[in-house]
Amino acid sequence: MKRVVVGMMVAALAMGAAVKAETLQIDGSTTVGPVADAFAEYFKSIQPDLAITVKKTGSGDGAAALIDGRCDIATMSRFMKTEEFEKAVANKVLPVAHVVAMDGVCVAVHPSNPVKALTSAQVRDIYMGKITNWSQVGGSNTPIVVISRDTSSGTYETFESLVMKKAAMAAGVEYVNANPQAQSRVRTTPGAIGYVGLGFLEGVKALSIDGVTPTRSTVASGTYPVSRPLFLFTNGYPKLGSITHKFVTFYLTEKGQELVEAKGYVPLTNY
Amino acid sequence: MMNNAELTLTLEPAADTRRPLALTPGEDLRGYIASHLGRAVLFLITLTSVLAVVLILLFVIVRSLGFLSGYSIIEFLGGLDWRPTADSPVFGSLAILVGSLYVSSAALVFAVPVGILAAVFLSDVLSWRARNLVKPVVEILAAIPSVAYGFFAVLVLAPWMQKHFGFSTGTNALNASLILAFMALPTIISVAEDSISALGRELREASYSCGATRMETMLKVIIPAAHSGIIAAVVLGMMRAIGETMVVWMASGNATQIPHPWWDVSQSIRTMTATIAGEMGEAPEGSQHRGALFAIGVLLLILTFGLNLVSEYFLSRAKKAAGRS
Repeated sequence: MKRVVVGMMVAALAMGAAVKAETLQIDGSTTVGPVADAFAEYFKSIQPDLAITVKKTGSGDGAAALIDGRCDIATMSRFMKTEEFEKAVANKVLPVAHVVAMDGVCVAVHPSNPVKALTSAQVRDIYMGKITNWSQVGGSNTPIVVISRDTSSGTYETFESLVMKKAAMAAGVEYVNANPQAQSRVRTTPGAIGYVGLGFLEGVKALSIDGVTPTRSTVASGTYPVSRPLFLFTNGYPKLGSITHKFVTFYLTEKGQELVEAKGYVPLTNY
Repeated sequence: MMNNAELTLTLEPAADTRRPLALTPGEDLRGYIASHLGRAVLFLITLTSVLAVVLILLFVIVRSLGFLSGYSIIEFLGGLDWRPTADSPVFGSLAILVGSLYVSSAALVFAVPVGILAAVFLSDVLSWRARNLVKPVVEILAAIPSVAYGFFAVLVLAPWMQKHFGFSTGTNALNASLILAFMALPTIISVAEDSISALGRELREASYSCGATRMETMLKVIIPAAHSGIIAAVVLGMMRAIGETMVVWMASGNATQIPHPWWDVSQSIRTMTATIAGEMGEAPEGSQHRGALFAIGVLLLILTFGLNLVSEYFLSRAKKAAGRS
């Protein structure tokens, strides 16, 4: 009896060790999630015994998971906040950022809207409720329906810091909880203005901001005013050759760049 | 021969009647232990659900304490501004609380008349066989996932309202209330129908014998007599509407404002459930924002517990009334 129990324990330990060597826990942003998913799928196709789980609950959750040691890689659409860094260091976790791709937040309107360009100051005034009718910015006499992403999304944070410059949005601003939903609201509402990722422009019209149209090259170079890097965070620089290391450097390969592009983001490097 | 065998079989006692029902532990130790063990196991199983409620309550309250002790309660309950991610964040929950009550009350305005009339129709007008076909179909409404309702609200109802009502935005209080009304209907119909059909034949026959028509019987006798059950149905429907998350998050527009003027249902509105679901994912652990969301959760729990007590009270009254008749 005793021998059986010991045998089982040894087997469990061995299995645990084997599983541990081949798992990768990824947690975080809903924006970076699709890229991580695509990478994970590709990794699994070459190494089928690999167990990669990708959770998409939000950048804040990703940071919390990395700090608590619940994940190997945190995907984040923003940089870590000071409090998060402090908490991480207190937990003996040293966050290292890897930029995998660039993302452009495009300001979009209904295709029938005659307005083609706005300055970032005008966009800010619209979201602050100072401009409420399209005729005030050279459009037709239609009330503006202002659509924002929810305050917890990385897209919101990027928009808020790059366009709003921390100014408060008006009370009448509507909030939607995902890029496709913002896209469909703008597509079906003639007076709407919204902001979405570069991959969600089908059926809506992207405005040029401060004279720059959002395209792959303006976003990659950062000349488009509302572009941002997307991050993978690890605890310290991953051990060279480890699965984590392969994962966070995968964006440098041709296949990695293809996958980034397929998800509607802009690769950092030219190939 | 065959008959004899059958006879002897039926004459055998079904159980060992010579064995006394209760034995002392000394006489039957195994039976004693088994009965007490079984009792303990069943008690624990029952306890888990009670324990779950208590733990959820404790968890939500404890997590909100940090926020409630560091933030003015008056500002939290009375403030109209909800700016959780601003540099100096403001957590005023009044507009959100009003939003929740607003959409669920508006949903009841649609759902209660329809629900009660449908319940009366099912129990008193439709034939028994037709009722048994229709009622399960009504209850299927409750089985449709709320995200499906949400997609319908955003992709069909919202553009339709913009086109035909001239609303500038289709995701608004009216949209959310209509969808919530549909979601509350099966609850209201089902509970109200149960209490109306539980009233019994005598009441109806007495009414008819006094010369009342069918309509008079339904409106003046049946509905008043079943009022406890109907009120319980309405309160349960309200609980369904107030606790619903996905639909309001998708259909209401989530603008943190109280409609002005108050009857303008074409304006966007935000509810407590939508705020919690939408913001919890990105509220940093241990932050004031997360605490504020838990404080909203406490408000929501107080509200639903209150409604639950009210519905329990009326349901028990309905049971007593049905027992008397």
